[in-house]
This record gives sequence, structure tokens and C-alpha cells, in this order.
Amino acid sequence: MTEPLVTFRNVEKRFADFVAVQDLNLDIHEGEFLAIMGSSGCGKTTTLRMLAGLESPTQGEIHIGGRLMNDVKPHERDTPLVWQSLALFPFLTARENVEFGLKMRGVEKAERRRRALDWLERMDISEFAERNVDTLSGGQKQRVALARSLVMEPRMLLLDEPLSALDANLVIRMQGVLTRLQKELGITFVYVTHSQSEAFAMADRVVIMSRGNIAQVGTPKDIYRAPANRFVAEFVGRNNILSGKIDTIDSDTVSITTPAGQFTAKPPAFAIQSGQDTSFVVSADLVSLSRTAPDGGNKVQATLISEEFIGSVVTLFLESADGHEFKVQMQERELLDLDLAADQSVWLSWSAGNAHILEGG
Amino acid sequence: MKQNRTSNILLALYVALVFVFIFAPILFSLVFSLNSQRFPTIPLGSFSTEWYSKIWNDPDVWRAVMNSVIVSSCTAVVATTLGFCTAYTDFRYNFRFKGLYLALILLPPTIPLIIMALAMLAWLSRLGLSGQLWSIILAHSVLTAPFAMAIIRLRLHQMDPDLEAAAWNLGGSEWQTMRHVILPFCAPAIVSSLCLTAAVSFDEFAVSWFVSGLNKTVPVAILEIVQGNIDPQVNAIGTFVFLTSMTLVVLAQVFLFSRQIKSHS
Repeated sequence: MTEPLVTFRNVEKRFADFVAVQDLNLDIHEGEFLAIMGSSGCGKTTTLRMLAGLESPTQGEIHIGGRLMNDVKPHERDTPLVWQSLALFPFLTARENVEFGLKMRGVEKAERRRRALDWLERMDISEFAERNVDTLSGGQKQRVALARSLVMEPRMLLLDEPLSALDANLVIRMQGVLTRLQKELGITFVYVTHSQSEAFAMADRVVIMSRGNIAQVGTPKDIYRAPANRFVAEFVGRNNILSGKIDTIDSDTVSITTPAGQFTAKPPAFAIQSGQDTSFVVSADLVSLSRTAPDGGNKVQATLISEEFIGSVVTLFLESADGHEFKVQMQERELLDLDLAADQSVWLSWSAGNAHILEGG
Repeated sequence: MKQNRTSNILLALYVALVFVFIFAPILFSLVFSLNSQRFPTIPLGSFSTEWYSKIWNDPDVWRAVMNSVIVSSCTAVVATTLGFCTAYTDFRYNFRFKGLYLALILLPPTIPLIIMALAMLAWLSRLGLSGQLWSIILAHSVLTAPFAMAIIRLRLHQMDPDLEAAAWNLGGSEWQTMRHVILPFCAPAIVSSLCLTAAVSFDEFAVSWFVSGLNKTVPVAILEIVQGNIDPQVNAIGTFVFLTSMTLVVLAQVFLFSRQIKSHS
């Protein structure tokens, strides 16, 4: 494996008595699309700002391309950032905005003009090149901001919630633009967002942060199917989390007793002991629903409480005899075939392979 | 609706009266400056530009105008530079006693002019600096820098705080960022501040009278004419001073507001 483009080693960032980031260890690889996700105040933006040199770590080391970057000033780095506020220069035209970085680097006038126009063309906004940026629409400004950063031909592009100000349709369009650009250019994108759909739709790997720490790093699928701990399982949502005690541990199953019944789960990668408290998670879309009791396997009887439609997908909320709330996600078509009535008692079941034991209980 | 309309008319009338009250003396000064009679009485005499040609040919008036032009333009540059630096410091840095720093900067306009003038005279003469043109420039800069700072600070507060960091992020050093981002962004406020501080300095009498020595500015020259005898020249000079100041103030407003409207659209 080649050396990572960026490494964070035991990085801490403290503002007076507030710890924004603590003991952060993370590798970012050349050419990957990495999303850093978390709720506000989790340290994701601070992490990005440390990459751009706008904050310097109070402890630990950050290397970019093998070079220690802790005390390198922002303007001496090659880490252009697309800002949440876009931060376009309001007194300049679109073209002048794109030329700005090249001008600072001393690129000659004709050359920087050519490169700026190239990028505006590439972003499909060359017709607005000579317009003041204040007169452009949200989506057009977004493209100017992207062009302004990419014209610098960086190895890595930093993006701080760049789509948060756009309306839903435009977000989907810009997601397409961003993933295509990243594939075409082959450079590293580090994308900070609080939106799960943006992170999962675009990123190769997702970092979930909570209270200045990394809660999990993995592909979107890993994080969705096999959340590492309770925080991630709850953050990702649409998960059923059951708590109980470990009974027996076999080579291919672990049996767990919970107030809702006894269930089996896949043995985790970390060490467990029988008798210890634990929790496991089953994604809502991996739970099957039937009117009659299935044979064997993990099953529990529950009553239908309510339904929630999101397009063609429906989420059912059910309650087991002990009062635990279960969520089941399925296609609306499947639900119609089941022909359920309100308050009807049904059976929920899932395979042991889809039940993941969470680290840290 | 009807009551609303009546109150609107009353309000308009009130505003008109306020304007008449403020501008009537100036208007009379303008009228009498173009009147052939020596004494300001009604009925008026015939139309005449006699008093204007008289001041046009008066070397003392010319000297005073030149002094005023030098003083006000130098004051404008010095005060605006100081104002920009203090406003930027406030925008960019956080430090202990920042409240005290701001209070001290904004202090000069709260001191009665006559006390300020006396203090300036005492201090400058102790240092051997009084009686020169640049003594007035020094004193006026102290007096007007707070206005410059207030105008520029207002503009800086409208700036997206990410703008400066965005310039660094694109490879601009702190000085390049100052030149290519902060100064262009503040340009309307800087021009406006230059106009306004020049206007204040051009009009200012008390401090000028105390520290100017033999280098009379226009307001000081006016006083000396009035003290000597009743001379309609004063009306002519007064009209000239008023028009100069008014032009500068209007320019200041135009620069400050036209840009604001544009950046909000």
C-alpha cells in the first residue's frame, strides 16, 4: 500500500477550555473521496480547517504528502477550500474570482485568464464570466467557487458543507457534478457535511465524528450495515438496537438474551465474554415481516403502531410485548401484499448474519 | 386611510419646516452675497457679483483658501489612514481591554471643542509645534480620525469573515490579502471617509483658531473679516465654504450608500 496523502497523528485542537478535536488519528489516501460527517460541534469543520492551516493543532502532528504541516501558513499550502458561505469576492467578476489564486501565485495575466476561462467553460458558466458574482444564482455561485479552487490544480480539494445553501433538486445535481469531477481529476476530495445522504451518495469512505473523536471510519455500506458502536447506529438512524446479556458464544453465532426475547448474532471482530452486557443492531430494511410465525431464527411478535411513507419506501413502527419499538423498512408494494390492519399482531424476523454486536455495549 | 393621509401631510409639513429652519440662514447668506447693497436689509438692491470678485481679488482670502485646502486634504489622508488601521485592528484581533481601546478611540468627539482646542494649543506650544500649518493638520487628524474609524468599521462588519481566510487559502499572503481583498472591499467607505473628514476639517473653527498662529484657514479668516467691520464678503465666502462642505458630505453619502445597495441586490 502506498503512503497516505494525509496523516493525522494524535491530533488535538483546544480553544481555551473547549476541546474541539481530541486524539484524532486518520489517514487520507491519494485520490479518494472522503466524507467527514457528524452533527454540529463534533469537530468536523475544525479538522478540515486544520488541513487548510486555518487552525493549528495544539497537540499531535499533521502530515500532507509526507511533510509536517503543523506550522505551515495557509497561503503556503496547496489546499484550496470550498466554503460553506462560498466566500466569493463580491467586488470581482466571476472570471476575476477564478483568477484570484493564480494572481496571488504570480501567474502571468494572459495565462491566468486562459485558465480561468477554461474552468468556467468546464463548469458550464462561461457566459457569466464577466458578470459580478453578486448577480449570479446560488447554483452558479457554487460553480464559480468550485472553479476558483480547482483552477489551482490541487492534489486535494477541501469542501465545507458546500451544498447546504442549495435547494434539494440542485443538491442532487451538484452531487453528480462533484462525483464526476472527482473521478475525472483523480484528486482527493475531503468533504465535510452533516447530511448523511450527501456523504453516502458521494464518498468512497465516510468518517463519523462525535465530540471531537472518530466514531467510525468505513465505506458507506460498512457504516450502514455494520455500525461499530451505539453512537453510529443511532446517528445513521433507521436501525433497531436491542440491549441484553451474552449467553453463549459459538464459532459462528452469539446468543443474547434481551427483554424482547432470545436472539442470535454474528460474532464480532473484538473480544466478548459470556455474561457481559451488550447491544446489537439490525437495519430496519433487513427485518422481514410476516402474518404467521416463521420457523426458527430470530423472531419476535409485535403490534403495528404507525407507518411513514417516503416515496415508494415505507417505514413501519411496531411495538413488542415488552414495549420495545421496532422499525421495519420495505417497499410500499410489499406492504400492500401483506394486507395488514392497524393494531394487528405480526412476526418480525431476521437472520443472525444481519445482527451486528456493537462495541462498547 | 383618511386619517393616515392627514398625518402624512402634517409630517411632510413638519419635515419641510425643519429644513427651512436649518437652511434659511444659509439661503439668506447666499441671497445677500449676490446683493449689491452693503447692509443685509430688505428690500434687496440689484443683483451683483461684486462681493465675489472682491474676494476673488483678495490675496488674504486666497491664502486662507489654500491653507484650508492643504489642511483638509492632509487631514483627510492622515485621519482615514489612522481610522482604517484602528478599524481593521478591531475587526481582526481580539485582545484584553479591547472595549477600553475602542472607547479611547471614540473619545475625541465627546470633548467640548473649546477645551480640546485649548489643550491642543498648550500641548503643541509646549512641544514647540504650534503656529504651523501641520499643527492644524495634527489637531484635526485627532479630531476626525474617530469618524473615519466609525465609517470603515461599519463597512468591515458587513464583510463575510471567511473572505480574508479565503484569500489566504488561495495563496495570498497577509499583505496581498490586504491589498487585493480588504482594501477593495473597504474602498467605498475609504473614499467616503476621505470626503467626510475633509469636510469636517474644512469647516472647523475653534481648534484652527487656537493652533493656527499666522496660518489662517478659511473659517478663521471669516471671523477676522466679521470682527473688523460689516462686510458682505463674508456672505460670499460663507456660501463658498458651505458649497464645498456640502459637496464633500454628499459625495461621502453617495459612495457609502450606492455600494451598499449594490451589494444587497
